[in-house]
Amino acid sequence: MTSISNVSCFNEARRVAIFGGTHGNEMSGITLVNLWIKNGKEIQRKGVETKPFITNPRAVEKCTRYVDTDLNRAFTTENLSAPSGDDLPYEVKRAQQINEIFGPKGSPDAYDVIFDLHNTTSNMGCTLILESSKDHFNLQMMHYIKKAIAPDSCPVLLTEHPLLKYSTSRSVAKHPIGLEVGPQPQGVLRSNIFESMRVVLKHALDFIELFNEGLEFPPCSVDVFRVWDKMDYPRDTNGNIIAMVHPNLQDCDWEPLNPGDPMFQMFDGTTVRYEGVGTVYPTFINEAAYYEKQQAFVTTRRETLVAGNCFILSLLD
Amino acid sequence: MEKRQVVLPTLSRVAVCGGTHGNELSGVYLVRERLKKKKVVEEEEHVSVVTVMSNPRAVQHCRRYTETDLNRCFTRATLSSPVTDKTPYEIVRSQELNSLLGPKGSPEATDLVCDLHNTTANMGLCFIAYSDRDWISLHIYRHLQRQMSGIPVRFLHFDLPLNEAYSLDSVGKHGFAIEIGPQAHGLVRSNILSAMQEGVQHMLDWVRLFNSGAQFEGGQVEVYTMVKNVDYPRDPETCGLTAAIHPQLQDRDFCLLRPNDPLFQTFSGETLKYKGTEALYPFFVNECAYYEKGIALSLARQRSVGIPSIRSEREGERGKFKSAAEEIEEEETEEEGSPIEMECEKQSGSL
Repeated sequence: MTSISNVSCFNEARRVAIFGGTHGNEMSGITLVNLWIKNGKEIQRKGVETKPFITNPRAVEKCTRYVDTDLNRAFTTENLSAPSGDDLPYEVKRAQQINEIFGPKGSPDAYDVIFDLHNTTSNMGCTLILESSKDHFNLQMMHYIKKAIAPDSCPVLLTEHPLLKYSTSRSVAKHPIGLEVGPQPQGVLRSNIFESMRVVLKHALDFIELFNEGLEFPPCSVDVFRVWDKMDYPRDTNGNIIAMVHPNLQDCDWEPLNPGDPMFQMFDGTTVRYEGVGTVYPTFINEAAYYEKQQAFVTTRRETLVAGNCFILSLLD
Repeated sequence: MEKRQVVLPTLSRVAVCGGTHGNELSGVYLVRERLKKKKVVEEEEHVSVVTVMSNPRAVQHCRRYTETDLNRCFTRATLSSPVTDKTPYEIVRSQELNSLLGPKGSPEATDLVCDLHNTTANMGLCFIAYSDRDWISLHIYRHLQRQMSGIPVRFLHFDLPLNEAYSLDSVGKHGFAIEIGPQAHGLVRSNILSAMQEGVQHMLDWVRLFNSGAQFEGGQVEVYTMVKNVDYPRDPETCGLTAAIHPQLQDRDFCLLRPNDPLFQTFSGETLKYKGTEALYPFFVNECAYYEKGIALSLARQRSVGIPSIRSEREGERGKFKSAAEEIEEEETEEEGSPIEMECEKQSGSL
């Protein structure tokens, strides 16, 4: 990538992957990827090699989030460089394989773009997940997608945070994009959720095709929600959860949570209120998979990012 | 309408069970809180209540089961099968529960077993039982219907003889599951847990009233009887799904499904219609745990059932009246009501 003031030029996005089944019980992505492995016509675009891929087949077979450890946290430098061996957890071995096929992470040989398809039990709608605030290509793509699906909304979650960032399967690519669609229970396929994910991906691939054809994207601004903090459930001395997400907060992903607003309802009926300093925007509210990660919800703060003029490098010749 | 009054033995022992499926968390949390606050067995004036975490291993792993579905292990055959060190955990556990709360079919069995469940389907609160003539269960159902306004309350009947009845609630002399949804597995929604707490409380209040001698008038109640299951369309080679529940059927449990109504939507966008000749009521629509059992939805008929006035035996009346089973054999034919069509609005699909 070359940057001249607020202009960003990129090489073509020639190699694109679509990951499903990073969590084996998140059914929309698994179903879409299997469909496209069988017949990939829908995801073909001129000049792009688009590879659908099931990242965690063993977890998919058992319809479980993971077998030994969460694949979507496994792409750490330590794991990727660990000597390969049979005693490694299944997902670590798998991360190494994925890194070989689609990476190596951080190198010029890595795939240009990876879309990683997820579902959540939270009422997050179609959320796009951005890992770096400086990824202007991704910002332009997300801006394009948001415009295309308006008036439906497509919130952007920015996971750039020194402590709360996690090493995802998509992070192997130069431009990683997470797609998190909910609410959908684990192990269940809901038609409307499945179709929403499909539509968002269609627009994303359209963007890539337009970009590769030489279309220039003028500077734009994108409203994002930057990860701020995580909030656990109240627990007893044995670590058991003793409260539930308050009915006023349940399903209110992306809505403002102000100091003093109800947050949890104890089993005895008392209300626990949010005691932060300012307004936050909670998300991943009551995600089933996060009970074991000590996360009842994640707080975010609103920010506006600016992406410069964006076009393909070959236009400079 | 039943005009006579039926006298039944008091319900001196009641069991409240949760965690029969370890990822159906409303029941798990409810049982855990009861066990924390109270003794395992509460001895009160009119009733002793036992609280049981049915499948602790599955609860620990937050999974439906570890080796096999516990709630299919209570047939006579499974309960009497010999145990070896290869026997799946849940079969061993079903026999333990049968000792604790049964033995099934014997005079020592717990009077009433209430087993708490959640479903990903939009079913509201459902009683699930094997009999549509157990007056205790039907009166408790009517009581909850009258007391609870925030959630629809219904009664589902699976017509199976006791020997073949496979679930935990069949161990008691009277028993039913209370199934509440929609709630995703592995999490608790406050409105769902609150409904379950309220339902259990009303049930126990009714039992205390019944045992203290109160008389409950007869009447009519609506009952849904299971007719058949419908599987997803599947790829003949891989057995994978080729369609999902149609958006117009999703979340519309207990809304009448007529011939030619949309049933599934294929992944290429085609609508598959319901080809049955009889309009029926769908339930367990898109229940997560049933994918592996080959069930996309189940279908039921609805009818009106007459229930008699009932009261508990007084002191000195023991043995004077026929047992509940004998009463059922001798009863008059219940009135057959016409199926009531429910034109219901699509309820919120949030889970």
